[in-house]
Amino acid sequence: MSAILIAEQVLNGLQSGVMLFLMAAGLTLIFGVMGLINLAHGSLYMVGAFAAAAVAAATGSFLLALAAALAAAALAGAVVETVVIRRLYDKDHLDQVLATFALILIFSEGTRWIFGSFPLFLDIPPWLSGPVELPGGILYPAYRLALIGVGLAVALGLWLLISRTRLGVRIRAGENDREMIAALGVDISRLYTVVFALGAGLAGLAGALVGAIQSVQVGMGEPVLILAFVVIVIGGIGSIRGALVGALLVGLTDTLGGIFLPELFKLFTDPSSATTIGAALASMSIYVLMAAILVWKPTGLYGARA
Amino acid sequence: MSRERAFNLAALALLVAVPAWAQLTGETFTITLATRAVIFALAATGLNIALGLGGLVSLGHAVFFGIGGYAMGILAFHAQSYTPLTDWPVTIPGTKLMPVIWLVAILVSALAALLIGLLALRTTGVYFIMITLAFGQMFYYFAISWPAYGGEDGMAIYVRNGFPGLNTLIPIQFYGLCLAWLLVVLWFNARLARSRFGLALNAARQAPQRVETVGLDPVRLKLVALVISGAVTGLAGALFADLNRFVSPTMFSWQLSGEIMVFVIIGGVGRLFGPVAGACLFVALEHLLGGITAYWHVWLGVLLLFIVLFGRGGLVGIFAGRGAVHD
Repeated sequence: MSAILIAEQVLNGLQSGVMLFLMAAGLTLIFGVMGLINLAHGSLYMVGAFAAAAVAAATGSFLLALAAALAAAALAGAVVETVVIRRLYDKDHLDQVLATFALILIFSEGTRWIFGSFPLFLDIPPWLSGPVELPGGILYPAYRLALIGVGLAVALGLWLLISRTRLGVRIRAGENDREMIAALGVDISRLYTVVFALGAGLAGLAGALVGAIQSVQVGMGEPVLILAFVVIVIGGIGSIRGALVGALLVGLTDTLGGIFLPELFKLFTDPSSATTIGAALASMSIYVLMAAILVWKPTGLYGARA
Repeated sequence: MSRERAFNLAALALLVAVPAWAQLTGETFTITLATRAVIFALAATGLNIALGLGGLVSLGHAVFFGIGGYAMGILAFHAQSYTPLTDWPVTIPGTKLMPVIWLVAILVSALAALLIGLLALRTTGVYFIMITLAFGQMFYYFAISWPAYGGEDGMAIYVRNGFPGLNTLIPIQFYGLCLAWLLVVLWFNARLARSRFGLALNAARQAPQRVETVGLDPVRLKLVALVISGAVTGLAGALFADLNRFVSPTMFSWQLSGEIMVFVIIGGVGRLFGPVAGACLFVALEHLLGGITAYWHVWLGVLLLFIVLFGRGGLVGIFAGRGAVHD
């Protein structure tokens, strides 16, 4: 196995990791500030992807499609928060799970109703198609490299937003003591809507970005949602830094496991059964990682609350 | 007689009367629907033991359902292809006998529940929900990528497994078997809720610190509840596989975990007949709304939202009022 192949796989892992981070950041923010477990986050990812595919088909512009994805998902998030989610903050987790499960059913079947069951396609823009040559002679698709860049830029932006702006101060205050900041005159229910829409917008952006390398279809959000759950369990619920570390760990484990586990088993058994066993174990590897981290730290790497 | 008791007796009467009527009028499809409802009710009763009594919000109960299904699938597959499960250290043949399959399904899913519980119960609250969900996905992807038993395509079992003295291919006889299991488990559940263990578990759900102060281990109580719960849902999985004569990785899917939880909630959490009412309503809606529109899940979602936001206590709660049973 060559060093170039390994480097490519590490980049692939990074790419899926930063996209997971976009999902996980919203989830963990919403949990941290509002204490809400949101299963419908994957639906917002799907909304973003469909909005991008529809706008790209109508205008042909990829940047407009991305803007549409961000706007549509944030808007859907704001509407859902005002109509439904708001009523769930003081209910227990079981009610939150069920109500957001109901939202998944409504979003998924509603999208199927509007767009049909066939997958849509979102093309990579021409100025990002084709490979770029990296130092060391590695040819890597420009689009995937751009995804890594966008993901890291969003992570940086989110960090600046939370640590350096007034909104960020309010978000951090909301995590610590919501009664107190309400008493200090902050409109807490508007803050919640903004945080929810922010998380939704990030999910929608991730859906559109990933939609261009996979197909855009109903149900695309839930596998990502569950991976994002694994990420925030590993990172510690409520911690954005944890979400970044967890997302990169999960992305790398998933990608590298799929490549190296079959190779590893070839040392012990014949190639065909090595491929089978390796693939089966690789599909479980991130859950094994999660279990291992929980045995070591039951509230995740950066988690404080139980 | 309390209103909840009256509701339960009415539900029982319907479970007997509807299939009997269908049998007399030759509506065998209704019997198949009723069997589906009873099996789902059994799976949800399993979850209700963990959720209603133990307060464990498990979003991964499809694991046990799937394990039960695959226990049936694997045993019957080896029996129908006349190959042994393993030759070493002793030869273990497959089987087409339901009692053996049930026993294996119960034991294996109980074991899985024990292992998952040992890890997942280290955490509480949201972490527990997410971890059970993640374990469900782990089994799902394993079932998809393990090719020996059909992989993604699943596997078909050509003839329904047998039960001594019955012809299980006749719908009403298979229904009778499933109903008998449901009644046995409901009886067991009622006994369990009133037993010393049930009372301690109930206390562990409401006030774990106090339970600890009197010298009981709340985590251990919850672990036992999860094992019982998983075993019951596993049994339901084996019956479900026999109903369809087909097993596939969808039995492990997280949507199924969600649906099992929906049965419990729309029926009524912690109510003895909650899961039964919920599963019957779900199957009826699936049949009626599914006949009108292919997008019936939208309306299921709306209904579910209304029940969560406005109607606490589910169906049993609506008909029988807020009982003092488990709440």
